[in-house]
Amino acid sequence: MSATLAPTPKHSPVPVSEAPDSPAPSGLEIIAPVRDETSAPGWFLARSEAAWNEFQKLPTPSVKDESWRYSNAKNIELAAHTPAAAATEEQTQKALAASEGLKERTARFVFVNDVLVESQTDALPEGVICVNFAEALKSQGDVLKEHFMKREMTLGSAKFAALHLAHVKAGIVILVPKNVEIEKPIEVFHWVVGDHAAIFPHTLIVSGDNATVSVVDHYRSLDGEGGLSIAIADLVGGTGSRITYAACQELADDAQALHLSSIVARRDANVKSFQVQLGAEFSRSETVSDLVGQGARSDMLSVSMPIGDQVVDQRTLQNHMAPHATSDLLYKNALYGKSRSIFSGLITVDESAHYTDAYQTCRNLLNSDEAEATSLPGLEINADQVKCSHGATSGPISDEELFYLKARGISDIDSRKLIVEGFLADVLKRFGNSEVLDTLVARIDEKLERAV
Amino acid sequence: MSLEIKALHAQIPGREILKGLNLTINPGEVHAIMGPNGSGKSTLSKVLCGHEDYEVTSGEVLLDGENILDMAVDARSRAGLFLAFQYPHEIPGVSNANFLRAALKARLPKGEDIDAIKFYKQLYTRMDQLEMDRSFTSRSVNEGFSGGEKKRNEILQLMMLEPKYAILDETDSGLDIDALKVVSRGVNAMRSEDRGFLVITHYQRLLNYIQPDIVHVMIDGQIVHTGGKELALKLEEKGYDWVKEELLAAA
Repeated sequence: MSATLAPTPKHSPVPVSEAPDSPAPSGLEIIAPVRDETSAPGWFLARSEAAWNEFQKLPTPSVKDESWRYSNAKNIELAAHTPAAAATEEQTQKALAASEGLKERTARFVFVNDVLVESQTDALPEGVICVNFAEALKSQGDVLKEHFMKREMTLGSAKFAALHLAHVKAGIVILVPKNVEIEKPIEVFHWVVGDHAAIFPHTLIVSGDNATVSVVDHYRSLDGEGGLSIAIADLVGGTGSRITYAACQELADDAQALHLSSIVARRDANVKSFQVQLGAEFSRSETVSDLVGQGARSDMLSVSMPIGDQVVDQRTLQNHMAPHATSDLLYKNALYGKSRSIFSGLITVDESAHYTDAYQTCRNLLNSDEAEATSLPGLEINADQVKCSHGATSGPISDEELFYLKARGISDIDSRKLIVEGFLADVLKRFGNSEVLDTLVARIDEKLERAV
Repeated sequence: MSLEIKALHAQIPGREILKGLNLTINPGEVHAIMGPNGSGKSTLSKVLCGHEDYEVTSGEVLLDGENILDMAVDARSRAGLFLAFQYPHEIPGVSNANFLRAALKARLPKGEDIDAIKFYKQLYTRMDQLEMDRSFTSRSVNEGFSGGEKKRNEILQLMMLEPKYAILDETDSGLDIDALKVVSRGVNAMRSEDRGFLVITHYQRLLNYIQPDIVHVMIDGQIVHTGGKELALKLEEKGYDWVKEELLAAA
């Protein structure tokens, strides 16, 4: 109660108000999505409409919700953000100039505030479809209908996924025909510009039988306060095909990021997905691998390096539905300052998935006494002849390692940097694509310079 | 010019280990320290490098006249002191080549980098001398190395960093005779008029291959006896009891 100078009666007849009700809904909570009714197919408009209703109906997950344990869905501040408005010409030019990326690539797309501003597709092999989402709605309706957001979101972000579906209009759709191999990556930049702007980028990759494709999504902020990216990637690996996918999130320090991946690996498919979380005050990734075909393999990799008050929230599911499949997850977080990481991973092996190999490892390197890492690994095995392991570790840099490097004349700061680089190295090595890696390592080193 | 250790006292909480140790190593000299287990030999090497587990309570260590006890671990190394570790640590994910480059770069003025071509030429020459496979450059520092490989790697670092004073802490432990010969050859190649060595060992065997100029006996945190290389043979043959008896008689 605040003190007041005016005389007040001893027993006030005015009822003392309870804690204020939650504020009136605003921002993304109420701003209805704008749909392109003229060119999008009817089924899509219907799903979009239904998703908007579902979004409004679904409650914001509570902190008591198991899938949000140690985290908080309110870190995604829907009320504070609005759908990104079209960028100015100047902003667009600035974003294009800043979209420096791979030297060698098969195609490049740049989106600013969910609007495609550049595409280079000359080097794409014949028969490959690689188009803007809006274009795909017109020309690839059947494929979208078959693969776009088909999986139920079970790791906690169903409400945010519904919002994504209601708003999505940007991102790329890639269909690689049978036996076509695209060796060099397709690179996509998603820029968010302006105060409290929200983007909803989508990535859909469908690889035909024995096809090969590699895609890198970058999520970045240009200027402006806040910023929110609610991104979804659907990766469908056809029989014997290979997909390599990296999501590199480098949004501004006051931005918020959500990235939801659904991976389907069919017979002998090999899907490698990589989450690189470097930016945003709060970032959450949810990655589901459905190993639906015999002999399928999914490598799930992640590195993050939270500093200051950054929070990195990671949820994963390795879902084995067929025999002789392999999933191998390796997540590494190097934490600084008062940052936090939460990893929650589950391996499920259903009755038919005999001879499963499933591995899950999360390692956290604490570079500060105030940083905090939480790991929640889980297993549910219902088949025989299964090899499963999960492990999580957290700890500071070993004093003896540090002493050894310093005893060779390397300064404390440089020794710590070397150790952190070494800590993250095996994840990077497993990702393998050296072109992409060189760029990533440079970005990680930049962040490391800020961290120490 | 010398590495001068003067009346050095050092302890871990509650226990003094070095109890007034005196030793002077001139450039060009190879000193050996022998002594029974627990006499403080390895502690001496760690104290000289600045390991934080040990507290120096009094005394001085002068490296060419400069007191290094106030210097940080890395600064002592850059000043010219090198320790070949008894148990070299593993650094996962950091390749040997990157590690050595970082160590050499730390010796350059800020902003300068080493010449990569010269670096690799030098590195390969040294590795050949130590009969190390080229794959060592890309392997993580000491990770999965055998005992012998680790010790070779220590000598490789010695060869690349070219310190003024090198301490070898039980470099012979865990080595078979062939590895011992290779490692010793590497050390001998580094002997020169402007470099001093302190070889800490438990066994006289090493001193057949790295011949010392001066041999010291360390007991209970002090150098209690000093002689020529023949002293090592006497210790091997008779053990340390006679030294202790002499000490008692003198007391």
